[in-house]
Amino acid sequence: MTPTALRRPRTKREATAALGPYGRLGKAIGELDDRLGIAKGGRTFLDKIFPDHWSFMLGEIALYSFVILMVTGVYLTLYYVPSTAEVIYHGVYAPLRGQRVTEAYATTVNISFAVRGGLLMRQMHHWSADVFLGAIVIHMARIFFTGAFRKPRELNWTIGLTLLLLSLANGFIGYSLPDDLISGTGIRILYSIILSIPLLGSYLAFFIFGGPYPGNEIIPRLFIIHVLVLPAILAALIGGHLFLLVRQKHTQFPGKGKTEHNVVGSPMFPTFIAKTTGFFFMVTSVTALLGGLAQINPIWQFGQYRPAKISYAVQPDWYMGWLDGVLRIMPSWEFTGFGHTIPFEVFLPAVVFPGIIFTLCFGWPAIERLFTKDNEIHHLLDRPRDRPKRTAAGAAVAALLFTTFGASATDVLANFFHVSLNAVLWSFRVLVIVVPILVGVITWKICLELQHGGPDLGKRKRAMVVTRTAAGEYRAVPSEIRPGDEHRELEPVPVPALIDLDDGSLEVTAGNTRPDAEGVRRVIR
Amino acid sequence: MSDETHSARSPLPVASLDDPQLQIAARFPRRTENIIALNFLLGLLCVGAFGAAFWQNWAPWILGLTFGAGTFFLGFGLIAWGKYLMPQGPFVEERHVLASTEAERDSMAAAVLQRGTVVVRRRKLLGGLLAGGLGIFGIVAAFPLIRSLGPLPKTTLTKTNWRRGSLVVDANGRPVRRDELQPGGLLTVFPAGYETNEETQAVDQTVLIRAQTGDLVTEPGRGSWAPDGYVAYSKVCTHLGCPVGLYEQQLKLLVCPCHQSIFNILDGAVPKFGPAPRPLPQLPLYFDDSGYLRAQRGYDQPIGPGFWERS
Repeated sequence: MTPTALRRPRTKREATAALGPYGRLGKAIGELDDRLGIAKGGRTFLDKIFPDHWSFMLGEIALYSFVILMVTGVYLTLYYVPSTAEVIYHGVYAPLRGQRVTEAYATTVNISFAVRGGLLMRQMHHWSADVFLGAIVIHMARIFFTGAFRKPRELNWTIGLTLLLLSLANGFIGYSLPDDLISGTGIRILYSIILSIPLLGSYLAFFIFGGPYPGNEIIPRLFIIHVLVLPAILAALIGGHLFLLVRQKHTQFPGKGKTEHNVVGSPMFPTFIAKTTGFFFMVTSVTALLGGLAQINPIWQFGQYRPAKISYAVQPDWYMGWLDGVLRIMPSWEFTGFGHTIPFEVFLPAVVFPGIIFTLCFGWPAIERLFTKDNEIHHLLDRPRDRPKRTAAGAAVAALLFTTFGASATDVLANFFHVSLNAVLWSFRVLVIVVPILVGVITWKICLELQHGGPDLGKRKRAMVVTRTAAGEYRAVPSEIRPGDEHRELEPVPVPALIDLDDGSLEVTAGNTRPDAEGVRRVIR
Repeated sequence: MSDETHSARSPLPVASLDDPQLQIAARFPRRTENIIALNFLLGLLCVGAFGAAFWQNWAPWILGLTFGAGTFFLGFGLIAWGKYLMPQGPFVEERHVLASTEAERDSMAAAVLQRGTVVVRRRKLLGGLLAGGLGIFGIVAAFPLIRSLGPLPKTTLTKTNWRRGSLVVDANGRPVRRDELQPGGLLTVFPAGYETNEETQAVDQTVLIRAQTGDLVTEPGRGSWAPDGYVAYSKVCTHLGCPVGLYEQQLKLLVCPCHQSIFNILDGAVPKFGPAPRPLPQLPLYFDDSGYLRAQRGYDQPIGPGFWERS
């Protein structure tokens, strides 16, 4: 360092000059780089390319919903008391006044009516959980059908599935915390499901619930799992999920200039940052509008949970519907013998069935490799039609889960269509076998048909102009290509060091448009 | 990255304004800028309105609407800015091979193997003791810790508080007289002394129905169980333990609202439909000398859903 640099600057101009060409920001980056060495990697990170496709935003919805869940959840913990101690309700909700309720229920009603912004936060939290799981499931379907789980991304597929599993659990647990009539019934069903596990069931149930049902332990225990244990694991796994995404770089669909050895899209800074931050605001907006305008889980209408009380049309949140559905349509196959009982009518649908589904999902990358013997690295995505067997298998499983989801509404459907419950139940018992097979076969056929469709398939159909010749002959001629039909892709270029709207030779007129040598106005892409 | 690429001004992809794929908004940047500015302005106003609404503690729907609208406008503006007024590319980035060289792999494998065998395997005793210690740690974690989470089930699951001569009372502790219910009437009852406790309610809850006038025989051998048409079944569903709370008067059916198991009260609550595997256990009743309903004895089998120890 030269002595001049150490000399205290005398004038403002000197001080500015001493900071170097990039001013205070440059100085700050320098100081940070001295300590952490961030400049080189940071520069590369600014240029990091994110491929553009609408389906790549599904995971972002899940991520941002998780952020919303954390923020609204913290707000709720400020006012919620996880205790089943009984109190007399004296709050603002008149119909409940003077009734014996648990603290958990009283504080949840209080959040809804007395806490400033409480109902909005509670409803946003609940809606956000539903959106979160929906986004995860659709994101997972995208990964599956485009083959994004293939080598080298099997580990991230596993992390993603674990996230789904834990989120399902945490959603159910959160739904159980208010101790209202419907959530209490949910806990009762959970207890009976644990009880159904052969050999260990009753012990597990007693250890989890701290004794026989209902006990006073379960709500505080579920609370700490819901607000600390599972969120911490989820946050860590999401971190790992994103780290692997950055490390392995995003997949992309085939297209002009896109290969297995590059990534084509928008740069991290500023384009992607702007769009994704905007998208975060949009997800927040939808959640806030739902939370403010669409009522969800009005626990004050259900009342305090009492073991001997029950409500009609008891339904869990949507993501538990598939399990509730199988429980409903399962025949009553209880096994009794040798002095023991195995409640297969519960154990099979509620433990074995989800076990099989999740094992199948976790194992899918390995299962597929068994058949394809494909050990290559893949960064270009498949079109679902090009892998008809995988697409058919995925569609069949999705159809199975949709059907069981539908079966969780047997009573509502019977009421709505004025048919007998018996008929609805038996229809679902048949559908749950027939629909997946049909969907699988039809999907497979459609994939094969689409493969033979040629390059123009999926684009807008061109109108046929039918003309009659003088001789009376009819001729059909395709009309002109309409604007937007032709797909001109630009050749991708590396992100230049200085994104400059003006290369000096042309006059910049408005925004980022400029006329070129021929006077044609062009836009910087 | 070398100095050259840092200072290079490589040409950006350009699209001519008559390119059909070019979004209209990108063709008129000035207008787009104004629209985005308007969005940001509206967003700021709405977020400000949200602050005011929160401060004044207005209705939740106003809070949701202002907050949702505010974040919508801000998000819309930001996305439009990124989509139309920022460099779109397509830009490309090389995808570097993650795998190391063969030599680097070998070097790592060799280090793990060699250090593992030489350093660890040479001290077999230490290794063994450490493994044993960790194993015991695991058992300790599994046994006293998990064990201490709750009592052992023992016979808890097979018992209720219904005894010989238990007085039948409703949730308020009122005993049941002969004329308490009209035919078709229903009441949830408990053994006297246990009607207010949630723990005991969960197992003792019993549904009392007056099916008819005159004694009812639901099954052979249950001749005296339902005096004057008063019949009582455990209210805990044998499927998943929900209270069997719906009663269809005309058909004399009990329905579980959780998974639609249906039990016929006239023939011993045998499941007619749905996933429930067993009839609801029936509680034998009698009227004592003062005309109050009592239990002849407790249930003759464990109530509720099945479990391994149930014989």
